[in-house]
Order: sequence, then C-alpha cells, then structure tokens
Amino acid sequence: MDLKTNSRLEKVLKSGQLAVTSECGPPRSSAPEGIIKKGNLIKNHVDAINITDNQTSVTRLCSLAACVHLKLQGLDPVLQMVVRDRNRIALQSDILGAASFGINNVLCLSGDHQSFGDNPQAQNVFDIDSMQLVQTVRRMRDEGRFLSGDEIKVPPNMFVGAAANPFADPFKIRVPRLAKKIAAGAEFIQTQCIYNVDKFELWMQGVRDRGLHDKVFILAGITPMRSVGMAKYLRKSVPGMDVPEELIKRLSGVEKEKQAAEGITIAVETIQRLKEVKGVAGFHVMAIEWEEKVPEIVERAGLFPRPVID
Amino acid sequence: MIVGEQKPLEEIWEMVKRHKQLTVFGCNTCVAVCHQGGNKEAGILASLLRMKATQEEVDIDIVDSGIERQCEHEFFESVRDLMSRSEAVLSLACGIGVQFVATKYQALPVYPALNTTFLGDVIAVGHFTEKCQACGDCVLGLTGGVCPVSRCCKRLMNGPCGGSSNGKCEISKEIDCAWQLIVDRLEALGRLDDYEKIPPLKDWSKDRAGGPRSFKVEGM
Repeated sequence: MDLKTNSRLEKVLKSGQLAVTSECGPPRSSAPEGIIKKGNLIKNHVDAINITDNQTSVTRLCSLAACVHLKLQGLDPVLQMVVRDRNRIALQSDILGAASFGINNVLCLSGDHQSFGDNPQAQNVFDIDSMQLVQTVRRMRDEGRFLSGDEIKVPPNMFVGAAANPFADPFKIRVPRLAKKIAAGAEFIQTQCIYNVDKFELWMQGVRDRGLHDKVFILAGITPMRSVGMAKYLRKSVPGMDVPEELIKRLSGVEKEKQAAEGITIAVETIQRLKEVKGVAGFHVMAIEWEEKVPEIVERAGLFPRPVID
Repeated sequence: MIVGEQKPLEEIWEMVKRHKQLTVFGCNTCVAVCHQGGNKEAGILASLLRMKATQEEVDIDIVDSGIERQCEHEFFESVRDLMSRSEAVLSLACGIGVQFVATKYQALPVYPALNTTFLGDVIAVGHFTEKCQACGDCVLGLTGGVCPVSRCCKRLMNGPCGGSSNGKCEISKEIDCAWQLIVDRLEALGRLDDYEKIPPLKDWSKDRAGGPRSFKVEGM
C-alpha cells in the first residue's frame, strides 16, 4: 500500500474497503463538550469525521479547534477549510497548525457565500479558490514548500480532499471539473447529498469513461431526510440540490411521525444501491444535527463494523 | 464607465445643512450617463435641497453648476470664480471627482452626493451592470471574455461552484452565474478544453491589496 500520510481514512480507502465518513458541526459557543459528544457518538461507525468550517457562513467555534478536540479523543478528524474567510497566508498557517496536532485530513472548499450567514455585511476574501487550495496543500506536503517557494522544514502530513456536486449546473462541466480537481491534487472527493440517484449514476458513468475513478476516491454524500418539509425546503431553496418529486411523494405518503424513519430507510437504500456503482469508494454520511442516527444508517447499510487499522 | 447612485436626500441634507452657501456641482461624463450626477441632475438636486431648506426653515443659498469632468484640472477653468465664492461644494461626481475637488481647493469643504457603485456597462436604457473591478491583472483572455473577478460572487478562478443553478448564482436569481457564461463562451469558441487548465494563483498585489496604484506615461 503506497501511503502518503498517517491518515486512517487514506489507509481504509487504499485497503480497497468502502470508507465511511461523517460530519459534525461545531457549536456557536466556546464550549467544546457538544462536539466531543457528537464525535464519540459516531466514532465506532466511521473512519473519519469532518468538522465543518463556519458552514452557511454562520459564525461558530472554528473547525481547527474542534478538530483538535476530536484528535485529543483519539478520533481522525477531517479539517474542512473554506477560502471565503482566509487569505493564502492564513490558510497555509492553519494547515501547519492542524498538522502540528496530528490532523491528517483536509477538505478544501470555497465556502457558502457570506450573504447566507449571520454577517452578510462581512467582506469576503477568496484570495485563492478551492482548487488552488488543493494545489497549495499538495505543494506544502509533497514539495515541502510554501507558496512563496520557501522551504518547510517539517511539511504537513495531510490527505487532501475536495468536494464535488454532480447536481449543480452546467452538468456538462461536472466531470471536467472533477478532472481538474484531480489534476490539482485531490486524493479523495466527498460529494453533495445524493437524492437523484439516476443523475448521480450518469455522472459516475462520465467519471468512469475518463478513468477518473482510478485516480481519486469518491465518497458518495448521504443525508437522511427528517421530514417531507425538509425535502421540500432542500428542493426549493437550496441551489445545487436535486430532490426528485418521487422522493417527496414517498415521504408524503407516510404519517408525519414516521417520516423520519422513512428518511433513514431511504438513506440506507441509497447506500445499498450506490455500493453497486463502480467507482464509489465509500460514503460520507451527513446527518445534519442528527448525528445519533449515523450508527443506525451505517449498520443497516451493511457498513459495520468498520475496518480495524493499526 | 463609472456608475454611481445618488444618496438619499436626508443623508445629503444632514451633511450640508450647516452651511450658509452651497454649490451643487455636476460632473457631466460617466455619472451623467447613469442619470445620477450630471449637470442636469445637479439642477434637480439643488431644487430639492432648496425645498428642503424652506421646509426646515434653514437659510442657505444654493446654486447649481457643473463641468464636463471633475477629475482633470483643465475643466475647472470655467468655474474658477464660482469656486472662489463657494462656502461648500456638494459634488455629484464619483469618488474620484470628490477627492479631486478636495485636493484642488484645500480650504473648501466638499461632500459626496453619490455613492460610487461600480465599473459597468449600459445593457439597456437605464440598466447598468458591473463588469470590472480594476484588479490590475486582466484574465479575460483565459475566461472567454467574461470576468470571474467582478461577476462571480466568490471571484473563483476555477468555477463554477456547487451553487450554480439554471444559469443563476446561488446568492440571487437576478445574478447570472459567471462560470456558466464562461463555460458557454468557451464552448461557442471551440475552446472547452481550456476549461481544464488551472491558471496560476492570482497576483493581488496589482489589485487594491497592493496599495493605491498609479502610472505615468513615459515622455509626457
């Protein structure tokens, strides 16, 4: 196994087994207990845990500090980094900071626009973009160089990921865009939540046609619906989210109190279907503020127990 | 051209009401095209301020005037006397013109009547849209003639992000996704393969980030 880092996620993926990741959102306070509790709730059912970085542009406890809390619990966090709030100096600095705590995974993102968050009047940075952040971390790790060209005596040991949204427009650019992220240095991909499985399979066909599935590990994004209201909201109000009408009909067809259970069942069925899709290397289960359901989804989808990695 | 929008009358009034004399001063080029700061608009704004002064029972002598451009010395020749008589100037120019007046007349208070909003074009009568942020390092040759710096809300050099939907940006259905436009243009030009080229990191030292910019034409 040609391992580049000490990342547990990298080891699982390169062992050829389906990986499972999940995510936890940090609190809007300085108390770490919540994030530690969430992490411990799911630690036996996942290989790594993403920590979101001020998601939807709402100010929260920082991703880096939350990752440190999980690392101190012996978990394998994935540091999500958005380029919205930090320039190249701060990004490189935080990568070194994370690596100094033994954080071995990073997910490079653009970040939601600040107009969605609690400080819509904020300046945004966007000094570099997510693609260039991938390049930056790879350069720091593989060449031992800062963007300036200066040497890094002890380079950061990071397994580098990026996001992909097969459902955003224009669809024709979504496979080329993945190719571009791979060329930039992405080693794993976590996708947007998949509800339109047919469209996802069409995208994966394009991915395989170019042999991209052999160059990157694709983790399919899964978010269980808690209610028909959530499904309708995602369909109507979240750009780049593709929720088919049939899914809304299916949730509408069950009593309100049973919709959450139906949502879990749909998530499990989606995983089972996607396990058969060549090129899917694992699952990224994002149960937003519903972390306690992750173990159930993972178990029912036949992804438990997780591999033991030394 | 430079696009500006007039500030609310109340805000303007609060700035100027303490003066006994005020020259409302138009700039008849860029901001005249967008019907906000030309000599005609200076006349209208002066009338509104006179009415406001009457309502508020404030004694203030308001005259209106204007020149072709408030950002070059030669155009000020015609208003030399007026400026020497003025106690304060309300400039309807962009921020450049306001500062030019402030620099040229050290002891004369000058106030902005406009908010300078962007560098843009006229896509239809009375409809102006931003097209450039003067970043100092033009990338239009790479992006099919569509600017990602001024037109992508995240100024992505490698877009589109995951929020592009039906040709529109995630932040508003009123905003076209710049990267949808770039992809469409590259395709129309038969250059879609160029999409996969990753440009070098942008040099923002040529932008505002590098401090105030200037240049001199050799031999002039």
